[in-house]
Amino acid sequence: MADKVATRVAYGEALAALGERYPQIVALDADLSKSTMTVTFAKKFPDRFFQMGIAEADMVDTAAGLATCGKLPFASSFAVFASRGWEQIRNIVARAKLPVVFALTHAGVSVGEDGASAQANEDIAIFRVLPYMRVIVPADGPETKSCLEYLVTHVDGPAFVRLGREKVPVVCPDGYKFELGKALTVRGGKDISIIACGVMVSIALQAAEMLAAKGVDARVINMASIKPIDRDAIVAAASETAGIVTAEEHSVIGGLGGAVAEVVAETHPCPIRRVGMADKFGESGAPAELMKKYEHTPEKIVEFAETILKKS
Amino acid sequence: MTRTRDENELKKIALQVRRHIIEMIYIGGSGHPGGSLSAADLMVGLYFGEMSIRPDDPKWIDRDRFVLSKGHIAAGYYAVLAQAGYFPVDVLKTFRKLGSPMQGHPCMLKTCGVDMSSGSLGQGLSVGNGMALAGRLDGKSYRVYVLMGDGEVQEGQVWEAAMTSAHYKLDSVCAILDYNNLQIDGHVSSVKEIAPLKQKWQSFGWHTIEIDGHNFTQILAAYDEARTIKGKPSIIIARTIKGKGVSYMENVAEYHGKAPDEAGYRKAMAELV
Repeated sequence: MADKVATRVAYGEALAALGERYPQIVALDADLSKSTMTVTFAKKFPDRFFQMGIAEADMVDTAAGLATCGKLPFASSFAVFASRGWEQIRNIVARAKLPVVFALTHAGVSVGEDGASAQANEDIAIFRVLPYMRVIVPADGPETKSCLEYLVTHVDGPAFVRLGREKVPVVCPDGYKFELGKALTVRGGKDISIIACGVMVSIALQAAEMLAAKGVDARVINMASIKPIDRDAIVAAASETAGIVTAEEHSVIGGLGGAVAEVVAETHPCPIRRVGMADKFGESGAPAELMKKYEHTPEKIVEFAETILKKS
Repeated sequence: MTRTRDENELKKIALQVRRHIIEMIYIGGSGHPGGSLSAADLMVGLYFGEMSIRPDDPKWIDRDRFVLSKGHIAAGYYAVLAQAGYFPVDVLKTFRKLGSPMQGHPCMLKTCGVDMSSGSLGQGLSVGNGMALAGRLDGKSYRVYVLMGDGEVQEGQVWEAAMTSAHYKLDSVCAILDYNNLQIDGHVSSVKEIAPLKQKWQSFGWHTIEIDGHNFTQILAAYDEARTIKGKPSIIIARTIKGKGVSYMENVAEYHGKAPDEAGYRKAMAELV
């Protein structure tokens, strides 16, 4: 069983490794490189790393300028702070369809003690609403590396990769290769579906075990590619099982839950319940405590699954 | 493209550019004449006297870059590009119309010769810095010109970028500030004072050059001077007149973003000879 590793750490390693093979890769950071782990790339390729200081809007547009001149920039900061440059991302990077990867860390309440101001719960929503923007939330270290490899070999406009602070277990099988627009069914099942992303995938698998003990066979889908989303996987879940519970370390408004609901409503309406941040700000606390307090738990997923099953 | 230092020739080109600006905005029914006219000589000086470019090879990898940070003067920009041969002059008449490459604010995906999309203020200098950093990494010697408005420097990001240019010693970056002292809501000094500009930019580590933005001798000399400065970026602070060339538009805030009516169009074209 592979060691737990934080997706931001996997990012740092992967970026440095990709930097060897792809000389056009450059990286930018806004004074957080020891947290976003771009420091690994910076040490290896100091000429190709641009420290922008505490100036996220400047970082975004500098990355845009680099992208117009043949570079493949990876711009990193905490997801919350990078969103200060959202208009720059919208009006320059996305509008001009520039190939910039925004690898943003510290997603969700698991950021922990720093508290609400640093915990991003809105980023999936504000990125997926941008035309041309690809949105990827890898569930574990290996998937992080695989999706970065994918992005570097399929350069086609901007992308947002959402990364977390805490170590997470490996949930994707050996040899798995990320593909844009393709979900990964990590557990087959016929009674109820759980569609999750990021850290919530392993939590969804725990929920599936708890449901199995009660005789409920849950399908667990890792929807790492949120935009473009795997519509077929969603329709299959909606038509083949009693309903869908979505789970994300993000607001229940506008993120994975919203995206799934949009597809379901237009194709195969079924009951849906969304697990995530219930339209609140977080607070300081240990990551595990916060995940529990804000109901990012297997118990909550089980509760919603049973609600759907009772009604069906 | 063959550059010219002949000021009479540059004045003739600038006159044509001004006629295009008035005509395209009048036909389009909207646009930003004031700032297009105030910056016309600066842009003509760049495209015809200073920049190393190939209009028949707009993506030439070694070209000098231009970023229109004050993107709303797209009319002026397109007039210069058309005159320089990036696309036929006829296309100007489709300004702002549905399906036209002449988008209201520059779009690099739709318009030949545009190095960067713009429209939201305060962003061009950051972009220019990125282009300059790429050039340095690749051992290129192209220069990057960024044209900003004066009201525009009220945007904080301009100063973030100014710090970056100086920190990275980007001497290939030449900013130009179109100092016409008018913005939408009135005189810049009464909306939010930006002076003293020279001292601000110098304190941010920039070389500063102050000129009359309608005097080609000074314009060309400023571009020459900027090119000689090593180890720091340069900014040309150009005193200009908003609406320059059309008597009833000169120094009138209203013509920031208003198209002339038919009578105004005829009057303007009669003056621009």
